[in-house]
Amino acid sequence: MHDALALFGAFFKIGAFTFGGGYAMMPLIQEELVNKRGWVTAEEVLDYYAIGQMTPGIIAVNTATFIGYKKGGILGAIFATLGVVAPSIVIITLIATVFDTIMENNMVEKAFLGIRIVVVSLIASGVVALAKKSLIDKVTISLFVISLLIMSVISPSPIVVIIIGAVAGLIFCKEEQA
Amino acid sequence: MIYLTLYLEFFKIGAFAVGGGLATIPFLQELIEKYHWITQSELIDIVAVAESTPGAVGVNAATFMGYKVAETLGGIIAVLGLISPSIVIIVIIAHFFNRFRQNQYVKKAFYGLRPVAAGIIGAAGVSVGVVAFGIGTDDISIQITRLLIGLIMYFLIEKYSKHPIVYIALGAVIGIILM
Repeated sequence: MHDALALFGAFFKIGAFTFGGGYAMMPLIQEELVNKRGWVTAEEVLDYYAIGQMTPGIIAVNTATFIGYKKGGILGAIFATLGVVAPSIVIITLIATVFDTIMENNMVEKAFLGIRIVVVSLIASGVVALAKKSLIDKVTISLFVISLLIMSVISPSPIVVIIIGAVAGLIFCKEEQA
Repeated sequence: MIYLTLYLEFFKIGAFAVGGGLATIPFLQELIEKYHWITQSELIDIVAVAESTPGAVGVNAATFMGYKVAETLGGIIAVLGLISPSIVIIVIIAHFFNRFRQNQYVKKAFYGLRPVAAGIIGAAGVSVGVVAFGIGTDDISIQITRLLIGLIMYFLIEKYSKHPIVYIALGAVIGIILM
């Protein structure tokens, strides 16, 4: 139980000071868990992080669960995960309570017209980064284009398209690429 | 019952969204098409707030969406739903870590999964763009101005790769001055 509480505390701190999600969490994990507490090694963190990226779910959450499990078993996994999300719940709930009132302000409304454009640019930049890593040949480029078109035109549940992608990978991926 | 619906819907997102926080956006879009809990532009505002506050973007967006639907408890339940699959999946993988990493089938599935995840997020970006640029609703000159601002912001993001909050603040200033 002591381990679990320590994990909750450490990941609460990481969650509260990470700006920008999964990728931004790395330096904080290094500092808090590798340098200060010595719970994991830098190499282990990289491995867990890689798994956290390729498995479904939020990268920061997956990485916290992984480190929590390694350090304190299932209880450790649960407490580390709750720790990393707790600051979000507090901060966002506080913002959400006043958000609608703030949005009635004319200037804020205008500001958000500009902000929405930036959100599109941020998403585009995220997609390009993902594409650079994953579009490595004709098959992967085709899968990207087909899924983009299907989602834009008939917008089925993303789950369906994700499953099709995994099956296509099993069928078309050659041995040397695996 | 609304809390159960929230938990289950966010559980689905946690189980299937591959590619981090942005990957939750297409799922959130699907949710509002299904339940009409909020509007498309409210969703974009939520993403902007989620990107500018501490914590994981996907978790922040889930809290906000849950709050909009059923206040504080709604926010908590949405997050619990979102993280439940991670706990199950990661604990299983952590247990069989080395075997999982070297497994040929896992590698092959991810070869196909990653480009599809990028495509899904790209499509979400397109529909967010339709709302943000006012395509089909606003004057053509306004649409072109917004599109140009978006392009310039994109190149700034790529060139300087500062934290998203920097560009969001810049967008706010542009909005106040120009719109």
